[in-house]
Amino acid sequence: MITFTPRDKVSKNWTIIAPILSIFLTIFFGLLIFTFLGYNPLETLYQVFLSPFSRIDRISDIFVKACPLVIVGTGLMLCFRANVWNIGAEGQFIMGTLLAGSFALLFPSVETKFFIFIMIVIGFIGGALWAFIPAILKTKLNVNEILVSLMLVYVAMLFIDFIVRGPLRDPMSFGFPLSKPYPDGAIINKIPFPGIGYLGQLHYGILLILLLIPISWLFVNKTLSGFKINVLGSAPKAAKFAGFKQNTITITVLLLSGGLAGVAGVIEVSANIGQLQPEVSFGYGFTAIIVAFLGRLNPIGILFAGIIIATVKLGADNAQMSMGIPKVVTGLFEGILLFFLLTGETLQKYKIKWSKVT
Amino acid sequence: MLKFCMRIFSLFALGASVLFFIFNSAFAGTPTKVGFVYLTTPGDHGWTYAHELGKQMVEKRFGNDVKISVVENVPEGPDATRVIRELAKQGNEIIFTTSFGYMEPTLKVAKEFPNVKFEHITGYKRSKNVATGNIRFYEGRYIQGVVAGLMTKTNKIGYIAAYPIAEVIMGINSFAQGLRSVNKDASISVIWANTWYDPVKEADAAKVHIAEGADILAQHTDSPAMLQIAEKKGVLGFGQSTDMSAFAPKAQLFASINNWGPYYIRKIEELKSGKWNTGDGPNHWAGNDWGGLKAEMLLISKFQNMPDSVAKKAQEALDGLKSGKINIFAGPLVDNTGKEIIPAGKSLDDGALFRMNYYLKGVNGKVPG
Repeated sequence: MITFTPRDKVSKNWTIIAPILSIFLTIFFGLLIFTFLGYNPLETLYQVFLSPFSRIDRISDIFVKACPLVIVGTGLMLCFRANVWNIGAEGQFIMGTLLAGSFALLFPSVETKFFIFIMIVIGFIGGALWAFIPAILKTKLNVNEILVSLMLVYVAMLFIDFIVRGPLRDPMSFGFPLSKPYPDGAIINKIPFPGIGYLGQLHYGILLILLLIPISWLFVNKTLSGFKINVLGSAPKAAKFAGFKQNTITITVLLLSGGLAGVAGVIEVSANIGQLQPEVSFGYGFTAIIVAFLGRLNPIGILFAGIIIATVKLGADNAQMSMGIPKVVTGLFEGILLFFLLTGETLQKYKIKWSKVT
Repeated sequence: MLKFCMRIFSLFALGASVLFFIFNSAFAGTPTKVGFVYLTTPGDHGWTYAHELGKQMVEKRFGNDVKISVVENVPEGPDATRVIRELAKQGNEIIFTTSFGYMEPTLKVAKEFPNVKFEHITGYKRSKNVATGNIRFYEGRYIQGVVAGLMTKTNKIGYIAAYPIAEVIMGINSFAQGLRSVNKDASISVIWANTWYDPVKEADAAKVHIAEGADILAQHTDSPAMLQIAEKKGVLGFGQSTDMSAFAPKAQLFASINNWGPYYIRKIEELKSGKWNTGDGPNHWAGNDWGGLKAEMLLISKFQNMPDSVAKKAQEALDGLKSGKINIFAGPLVDNTGKEIIPAGKSLDDGALFRMNYYLKGVNGKVPG
């Protein structure tokens, strides 16, 4: 049997060496696989890792891609720190988008950009309401939140599908499942740079990250509520003795993470799609789980983790465009990267013991 | 150790950036650069595979005169916008976006790159540099109807459909016209799968149809699951998008094959000779480059698992459609509630086809929604 025992002290050196070693190992195995499959290994590595940084508009696109991942990941961080397993951010993302989008479609001629802030609030409420279901079931009936939040994802997917095929379908769409386009006020513009124009898809929604990261950092590290969340996660008994209200914390973190997922949805759709369609989230809610853990449940780490994941995803597209490498191959590479990064982190914190099963 | 890692890493970075410059400068050449965006990985059957075959025809026809970039597995959202823009930025002169959901992303990027030509497959919105192309899939379904009408013993046809959009509904109605041209007693039951591709759902729908007595199955979804079930249960059916006889050698009567190659080749030739245009006509997908059997954008695979007499009738239908002797939607047409759609002597035009939201006689039930 394999048992993991926590190390007494986490070595400072290893916290730096481990991720570098992980990347080194990823590169090594990547080279091996690419060579074995008959692709120029160095060029492939370049495409996957570095080409996303080769032009300023490509760098902007990394941030665009990372934006929803970081917002959702930050919300999930709160849950996971409190040992509350919200696996349904995807559904909360969809419901936030749907509620805010439906609201926007009620005002077809609104132009003021102030409207976006109302949509963000409504998106937050939509996502939070969807997360409230597992929250209330867990605290009142002790129902497992993993199952409830996950299954509600599929309910949300089918619900938005129904809405855009039925009630909100644009009569001008010839039967295709699309809503009317959002009014001007509900669109998040791309950021114009004087002399350059637009940089890829870079839009004003990115600014929210600049706000969110420091606030969430202060929240988890410097406030009593943040402290309570941490204690509940790492030492539930201590939290109980200290008189922290476990149920209140559980509900709060679920509402906050659901709300943030909804906000991410509003920003993503208002900036990049501009109407409701059957698919508005492309696995962001699930990928953000990886982002949260890769970022070691720490806001700044999550920002970097979001950037790493976004880079590799964009790099995979570039590798396909310039070298014809199929996505399955770059997907394999992505898997190797995550494997080593997460293994490295686990081994820093835990000792592995092998023992015979008795 | 740390230093060593850093050194190795910077070495890679250096090597990679050198490679980048070499590759960037090496390909400033003459071939026409063509981009393709695929919804899924091509695999070996179905929608995207048919586009892949089209792309291969382009390669074969032009050889070194084209340089093709393909991006597969592109979700129909912001990723599509980014990928299409990237293809345009990399100097592709014509970009084929091969799924309906790329409509808005294609239009968005086209605005930013007025000199690049875009071809959106199955869309209904065009602009100065966005053309649309589609196939008259419904023509193949008429022949399916003829064969089904002659082959069925139970007079029950099971039809598995994706979504209640005009393209699918006109397919069902076209099938019904073919069916009733040879067999007035047979009728079609439709199950809506609400997906283009889900082997499990499609298989379940096939089982339901068979349990209800259908002995011929037809599909407007993408996987070979229906035919595999038909093969197992000993009933017959038709393949979709590509020849699926390998999945069901004893069950496939024939398949309607999407043949995008000639269309791609023509549009690339037009681009090379400076004659590329978006056509005219109304701004819907019936308006432009909507080719069928005659244009050989739709092909019919070998007639099999049927007696020669039936194959002969099928061939006659095929020839009739090609020559224009058969007009599928010629009046008098009544819907399945008895309401007149169009009187004798007139026939539905393309515009009326894409507005279809009713079933013709021969189909059971009513269109959802």
